[in-house]
Amino acid sequence: MAVTTLTIDGTPVSARDDQTILDVAREHGIHIPTLCHVPGLSEVGACRLCLVEIAGSPKLQPACLTPATEGLDVTTRSERLDGYRRQIVELLLAERNHVCSVCVANTRCDLQDLAVAMELHHVRYEHQAPAFALDASHDRFVLDHNRCILCTRCVRVCDEIEGAHTWDVMARGGESRIVADMNQPWGASASCTSCGKCVRVCPTGALFEKGTTAGSPRKDRSFLTYLKTARERKLWIR
Amino acid sequence: MAAEDVDAIRGRESAAWDAHRGRIAVCTAAGCLSSGAAAVKEALVDAARTASTNGSVRVVGTGCLGLCHAGPLVRVDTATEHALYERATPGVAPALVCAAVAGALPREGRNDDEAAFFAPQQRIVLANAGRIDSERVEDYIAAGGYRALQQAVGEMTPPDVVQQIVASGLRGRGGGGYPTGLKWSTVAKADGPAKYVICNADEGDPGAFMDRSVLEGDPHRVLEGMTIAGYAVGAEQGFIYVRGEYPLAISRLKTAIKQAERLQLLGHRILDSAFNFRIDLRIGAGAFVCGEETALIASIEGRRGTPRPRPPFPAERGLWDRPTLINNVETFANVPPIVTRGGDWYASIGTARSKGTKVFALAGAIARTGLIEVPMGLTLRQIIFDVGGGIPGGRAFKAAQTGGPSGGCIPADHLDLPVDYESLAGIGSIMGSGGLIVMDDTSCMVDVARFFMEFCREESCGKCIPCRAGTVQMHGLLTKITDGRADERDLLLLEQLGELLTRTSLCGLGQTAANPVKSTLRHFRGEYLAHIVDRRCPAGVCRMKGAP
Repeated sequence: MAVTTLTIDGTPVSARDDQTILDVAREHGIHIPTLCHVPGLSEVGACRLCLVEIAGSPKLQPACLTPATEGLDVTTRSERLDGYRRQIVELLLAERNHVCSVCVANTRCDLQDLAVAMELHHVRYEHQAPAFALDASHDRFVLDHNRCILCTRCVRVCDEIEGAHTWDVMARGGESRIVADMNQPWGASASCTSCGKCVRVCPTGALFEKGTTAGSPRKDRSFLTYLKTARERKLWIR
Repeated sequence: MAAEDVDAIRGRESAAWDAHRGRIAVCTAAGCLSSGAAAVKEALVDAARTASTNGSVRVVGTGCLGLCHAGPLVRVDTATEHALYERATPGVAPALVCAAVAGALPREGRNDDEAAFFAPQQRIVLANAGRIDSERVEDYIAAGGYRALQQAVGEMTPPDVVQQIVASGLRGRGGGGYPTGLKWSTVAKADGPAKYVICNADEGDPGAFMDRSVLEGDPHRVLEGMTIAGYAVGAEQGFIYVRGEYPLAISRLKTAIKQAERLQLLGHRILDSAFNFRIDLRIGAGAFVCGEETALIASIEGRRGTPRPRPPFPAERGLWDRPTLINNVETFANVPPIVTRGGDWYASIGTARSKGTKVFALAGAIARTGLIEVPMGLTLRQIIFDVGGGIPGGRAFKAAQTGGPSGGCIPADHLDLPVDYESLAGIGSIMGSGGLIVMDDTSCMVDVARFFMEFCREESCGKCIPCRAGTVQMHGLLTKITDGRADERDLLLLEQLGELLTRTSLCGLGQTAANPVKSTLRHFRGEYLAHIVDRRCPAGVCRMKGAP
C-alpha cells in the first residue's frame, strides 16, 4: 500500500492510496457535506453535495469517489461550492413533503441538519410535494415516500449488508420511488428479513419504526462499521 | 469462408448487376415505408417479372434516399442515366419498368431537386443508399463491402488498423466528438482477460434519424466496422444496443448478422484467420439516458439503466468491468472506407480539427426534410438553403437547433458559421448526433426551450439530485414564463439552476440539459424579456394566462 500526500484547503495531509478525498478530509477534521454516503456501503456519487474543486481539473469531482492521489490540490469550500450545495438542499426540500414539525425524524434528520448548518431559512423553488400513500403494511416499520430523498442508502444496505435486496428503485426522474420486491406492499415482501437496517440508515423520516415520535433517540449507524470491520479488528475474540 | 470466396461472390454479383439493363431501387427505409413504399416495391417486382422485360430489370429495396418529404422515392438507373421519382405509387410501376428496359426515362414524376440536393453532399456513410439491396449481403459485398475486413484481417496488424483510424482524425459521431483513434488505442492497450466492443444505437434526440437510416439501409457496414474494431482492440464479443422503437432496424440487423455468420464474416475463424468475433443485439426499453455510455453498459448487464460517475472510463472499466470500446453507429459506419482508402484520404476531407463528413437529419421548417451527408465545414447557410432548399412558405429563418436536448439554438447571424465541433461549441450549441431542426419566425424560442426541458425532465433517470429535481424546477419556471406569470427573479433562478445542472450533474444528460435554455437566453434574451416584462409572446405561440 502506497502513501501519498496531497493538499486539502491549503493544508498538506497524508493518505493511503486506497482512501478517497472524503476519507482523508474526515480523518483530518475537514467537513464535507454528504447525503448518499454512508461508511460501510458502496458509493454512488449521486447526491453531488461532496463535489470539490481540484486544481487543474475543469470539472468538479465527487470527494466520495475520487482517490486521494499524490499531489492533488483540493478545495472543499468556496463561494461557488457553497452556492451549489445550498441549491441542492433547497431542491430536495422543494421536491417532496419535508415539513419538519410534523415529521418523526424531526431533530434527527440528516437533511434537516444540513439545512440548519447552511442557515437555510427559506426555499426559493416552488414546492412540488406530490401526495404519496404511506406503506404501513409491515409489522414493525413504515415507508413514507413523501420524506424520501432517493439517496438509495436503504437499497444498498439491504443488498450489500443484509443480502436480501428487498429494496430497489422504480420509474425515473421525479417519479422515482423506492419499492419492495416487485413493487409489493412492504408487509407482503417475501425477501424482507425485517432486520431494520434500512430504517437505521435512512437519513430522513422516510423509513421509521412504528410507534416512534419526534424526540426519539437518534438513529444509530455504528452497527454498520461494526459489521464491516469487527472481524478485522478481532472484536469477537476475547 | 476464405477471402477468395468473398472475392468470388463479389465478382459474380457484379457481373449479375452489369447483366441487367436497368436497376430500380425503391427506398425501403422507415420514412418511405410509412408512405406506402412496400406496395410500390411489390408492384415494381411484379412488373419486372412480366415476360416482356425478360428479367432484364432488377428491383431492389434500398436505404434512405434522403429526400424523405417526397417519398416514396424510387431511383431508376439505366446504362446511361439515372433519375429519382417522387411520391411513387404502385400505378407507375409498369411505366417505370418499361422505361428502364427502353433506356429512356420519363420526365413525369421526376424529382427536380435532385441535382441541387445532392451536389453539395459527399456521401461516405450513405454511399450505398440507392445502390444496394438493404437485405442482401451479396449486394453489400458487390459494392465493395467486407473488403476492408479482408484487408484488415489479411494484411494488417491490429496496431496498423488503429494507426489508420488515428490518422483519419475521425471523431465520435454520437455528439461528444472524442477522437475515435485515441479511444481505440486506449482500449487496445488496456489489459484484460476479455474486452468488448459496443455499438451505441440508442439514438434518442427528438428529430434525429441518422443512425436509424444507416442501420436500416446498410446494416453490414456497421457490422463490418465493429468487426474491424474488435480485431484492432483485441475483442471477441460485440453488442449492438439498439432502441426498441426501431423494429425495422432490429429486423434488418438480425438478418444481416445471420448472413454474415453464414459467410464466416462473423463468428469463429473469420475469413479463415485466427480471429473470432461475434455480435449480439440488445434492445433498449425506451430510456433516453441509456444512450449515455455508462447507463447503456448497466442496461446491457441487466441492471437499471442509470449512469455512474466517470472515471473510470469504459475504455478502462466498462462492460462487466472489462475494457470496452463504445462508439456510435455512424462512427463505426465510417471505419470500412477509412481502412480501404487510408486514414490520410479521410483526413483530407473536412476542416482542420473536424475531419470527414457528417450525416444530418433535416427537420422542421425546411423545404427538403430528409437525410443528408456533407463534408465538415460546410456553412449552416449552405446546409439549410442549398441542400435543404430553404424555408417553405416564404417565411423567414429564425434559428437552427442542433444537438437535440443537449444542444442549442443558432440564430440567423451565425448562418455563415462553418459546421464543425469547435465552431458550434463556440456559440453555445454542439454538433450532437446530427439532428438539425430548422425554425421559422412562427417559433417561440422560450417555448422551444420549454419543450426540450420537458423532454429532459421526462428522461432524467432520477439518480442525481441536480438533474432529477433541477429539470422539474427549470421546466416549472419556463412554464411560468410562457404563461406570462413570471418576473425577473424567476429568470435569475432559471439561470442559476442552469449553471447548477451544468456543473454538478452526474452524467451528460444533466450536464447538458440546460443548454437549450442557455443558448436561447444568449441569442434570444429579448424574447424572454418580452414574455416577462411585456407579458407578450412575439411569435404569438404562448397563450399568456395572466398576472403573477
